[in-house]
Amino acid sequence: MDNIAIELRGIDKSFGPVHANKNINLKVRKGTIHGIIGENGAGKSTLMSILYGFYQADSGEILVDGKPVAIRDPNAAIAAGIGMVHQHFMLVENFTVLENVMLGAEDSQILNKGIAKARVELKRLEREYALEVNPDALIEELPVGLQQRVEILKALYRRADILILDEPTGVLTPAEADHLFRVLEQLKSQGKTIILITHKLREIMAITDEVSVMRRGEMVATRTTAETSVEELAELMVGRRVLLRVEKGEAKPGEVKLAVEGLTVKDGRGVTMVDNVSFNLRAGEIVGIAGVAGNGQSELLEAIAGIRRAVSGSVHLNGKPIDVTGHADPAELRDRGLAHVPEDRHHVGLVLKFEECENAILGYHHDKRYLNGVFLNIDAIREDAEKRIAEYDIRPPNPRLKTANFSGGNQQKIVLAREMERGPDVLIIGQPTRGVDVGAIEFIHKRIIEMRDQGKAVLLVSVELDEIRALSDRILVMFAGRVVGERDPDATEGELGLLMAGVEGRKEAAE
Amino acid sequence: MDFFHVIVVLLESTIRVSVPLIFAALAGLFTERAGVFDIGLEGKMLGAAFAAGAVAAVTQSVWMGLLAAILISIALSLVHGYASITQRGNQIVSGVAINFIVAGSTVILGEAWFRQGGRTPALGEGSRFQTITFPFADSVREIPILGPIYSDLLSGHFLLTYVAFAMVPISWWILYRTRFGLRLRAVGENPGAVDTAGISVIWLRYRAVICCGILCGFAGAYLSLAMTAGFVKGMTAGKGYIALAALIFAKWRPFNIMLACLLFGFLDALAIRLQGNPLPLIGQVPVQLMQALPYILTVILLAGFIGKAIPPKAGGVPYVKER
Repeated sequence: MDNIAIELRGIDKSFGPVHANKNINLKVRKGTIHGIIGENGAGKSTLMSILYGFYQADSGEILVDGKPVAIRDPNAAIAAGIGMVHQHFMLVENFTVLENVMLGAEDSQILNKGIAKARVELKRLEREYALEVNPDALIEELPVGLQQRVEILKALYRRADILILDEPTGVLTPAEADHLFRVLEQLKSQGKTIILITHKLREIMAITDEVSVMRRGEMVATRTTAETSVEELAELMVGRRVLLRVEKGEAKPGEVKLAVEGLTVKDGRGVTMVDNVSFNLRAGEIVGIAGVAGNGQSELLEAIAGIRRAVSGSVHLNGKPIDVTGHADPAELRDRGLAHVPEDRHHVGLVLKFEECENAILGYHHDKRYLNGVFLNIDAIREDAEKRIAEYDIRPPNPRLKTANFSGGNQQKIVLAREMERGPDVLIIGQPTRGVDVGAIEFIHKRIIEMRDQGKAVLLVSVELDEIRALSDRILVMFAGRVVGERDPDATEGELGLLMAGVEGRKEAAE
Repeated sequence: MDFFHVIVVLLESTIRVSVPLIFAALAGLFTERAGVFDIGLEGKMLGAAFAAGAVAAVTQSVWMGLLAAILISIALSLVHGYASITQRGNQIVSGVAINFIVAGSTVILGEAWFRQGGRTPALGEGSRFQTITFPFADSVREIPILGPIYSDLLSGHFLLTYVAFAMVPISWWILYRTRFGLRLRAVGENPGAVDTAGISVIWLRYRAVICCGILCGFAGAYLSLAMTAGFVKGMTAGKGYIALAALIFAKWRPFNIMLACLLFGFLDALAIRLQGNPLPLIGQVPVQLMQALPYILTVILLAGFIGKAIPPKAGGVPYVKER
C-alpha cells in the first residue's frame, strides 16, 4: 500500500526485566492524525522513542513510505523525515528561538550565513503554517504554548513530514490546546502525517482520524475514531470498564476548618506568586483550585502546608492561627490535623530510596506506636504498612520493596495512605493523579470523596480540569496568583477555561 | 619613584600574573559551558608546567616543552572526561583526584629524573620563552605618559602573554559565532536538546574537554617556561582555583573573564607591592588578606550581592537518556 507513511512491524523492546513493547505492529496512513492512547507506562513513549532513534528495538522493523529504514539515532530519524515534539521540551532556555531552531541544522561551521538562512526559512514556515513567533525572543521569556510552537517549528525546519507529539497538551490551557489542534489540522491539510500520543480520551475524539490503543506494552486495537466511543477506548486502555464520572452525593458543608485571608506569597526571585488570596474551607466539602500550572496554586498549597513562607496574610486552622508568615512547623500542623499530599511526590512526598514501610511513616515516625524507646519499632512499622497495603491495594504488596520500584499510581497511594489514615481534619492535596494510571485514578477519587463524606475538609489542586470538575463541590480558579472566580462544579469547561486563561468570565463582565 | 611610575610597574606585574589565570579560566569556560565542571584546572596546569619544564630541559627546545605541556594537559583532561562523561562519575571527585595525583606524581617523577628535590633543571636562554620588545620601545620611553605605557606596559612581554589576551576574543568568537560554540553552549544548558537534534552529546563534551586541555597546557607552560625558568613543585600555588573563582566571578563570559583575571591579578600584584610597605592611615595590610580577596569576592558574588552568577544549567550532571 502506498498511502502508509509509517509502518512498524513486530517491534519488541525490553529494559532488563521490563518488557516495554511486545511485538508492536502499527500502520499510520499518510496525511492523517493518528492517536496513540494508553495509560502511563503502557509503552507509548518507548515506542515513539524507538521511532525517533532514541532507543533501538530488540527486534522488528520500521518502514517509512514503504521502505525499511534503520533508525539508529535521531539523525537517521530526521533524515527519514520524522520530527518529534517532546513532552518536556528539548529547548535551550537561554537561547533565542532562532538559535534553538537551527541547533543541529546550522549548515556551516560559522554561524553568520546559517543564521541569515534560518531567519528566511523560519519566516516562510511561519507564513505557511500560521506559526508566528518572534525569532529573537529568548525561550525562557515565552509562554509554554509558544515554546511548544518552537518545537514544532524545529521539526518543520528539518523538513519533517511525520510529526510525533508526545502528550502535547499537558502544559497548555484549554485555549492553547485548541490552538494547537488548529495548527495540527492545518499541518494535516498540507499533507503532513501526525502521530499524537496522549492519555486524554477527549483529545483523541476531538482531533484524530484513527486511534491505536496500547496496554501494558501491547498494541491492543486500532479503531477509526469516528466509529468508536470514549467508553470503548477507555475499556480497551484499562482492560475493564471504568467510571469516568465519579459518583458522589450532595455535600454537607459544616463549620469552617481552614480560613485563608489575604495570603500573599513570593517565590525565590521575589515575584508575587500568590496575590492576596482569601477563601474558607468547610468540613465535609471539597474545594477545587483550577488553573494552568504555574499560576500560584503550588505556592498556595506550600504556604498553607507550612513549607513556604508567606509575605502577608493569615491562615486559621480549626480557628487557631498558623504562623504562615513566620516559622510554621509542618510537623506541628500535622499534629493539629492538617495533612498534606504534596504535588511533587518524588521530591517532597517520598524518599524514593527508602523502603515502602519507611515512607509509609515519614513525618509520623515520632508517633509512639512506631517507637521502642529511642529506637524505631520495625515490627510495628511493617505490620502497619502491610495493613495499608491491603487497604489501598498497593502493588506489589511488599513493604520492604524500595519505593522507586513502585509505579506512579502505587507511589501516590503510599502517600495518600500515609496522610489519610491519621484522620486529619483538613486534607490538602496537590495533583492527586498526576502520572497515575486510570485504574488507580478511580480508586484515589473514591477515597477523596470518602474523606469528604466523613466530614473532612479537602482542598484539591489539580491541573486536570476534568478531575477538578468531577470531585469539587466548589471550584476556585486561579490566574496569575489571584483567585479570579468561583464556580459550581457544573460550570462548563469553556467558562472555566476562559477564567483559567485570564479572560474574565462573561457574568462578571455583565455585572 | 613617582606615583605614575608605581602604577605602571603595578599594572605590568598585574599583566604578568594574570596570564596563567586567563588561560586557565578560559579553559574552564570551555568545559563548564559544555556542562562538565572542572575543579581540576589546578592539576592540569601543574602537570603541564612539569611536562614543559622537563621536556624543555631535556630537549633544550621551548617549543617541545610547550607541546609536551599541551599533550599532558589534554591527557589529563581526557581522564576527567572519561570519568565524568563516559562513566558518568562525579565531576568534582574526578577533578580533585586529578589535582592530587598531579601534585604528588610531578614531585616523584621530577625527583626520579633530575634529582633536584622535585625541581626540573633551570632552563637556559634557548629553552625558555624570551620577552618580545616592540619596535622603538626604548626610544619612546622618555615620552611622558604614553611612552612608559607603550614601552613597559604593552611591550616587553612573553609571546604567551599576547596569546593569552588574543585568546579572549578568539574564545568569544568560537563560543558565540561558530556552530561548535552554539552546540557547546547548548549541551551545557540542555543536553537533551542537543541529543534530539541528532548531535552526539558525548563527543561534543569530549571536544570541549580537549579545548580545556589545550588552554591549561598553555597556562602550565607559561609558568615553567616564561614566568620562571623551570618547574618547581607545587608552582601553580592555587592559581587553578583562583582561575575557577574568576570564571564564576565572570559569570562564564569570555570578556568578563579577562577583567576578573586582571582584577585578581592586580590584587596579587598589589599584595606583593604592599609587603613591608605600610599604607598611610591604614598601616600594614596582611598579605594573607590580599591573597584571600579573590575568594572572598567570589563568595560575596555567589551570595548574591554582586548580581547573580547562574551556572550552565546542565553543569555537573552527567547526561543519561531519559526513561
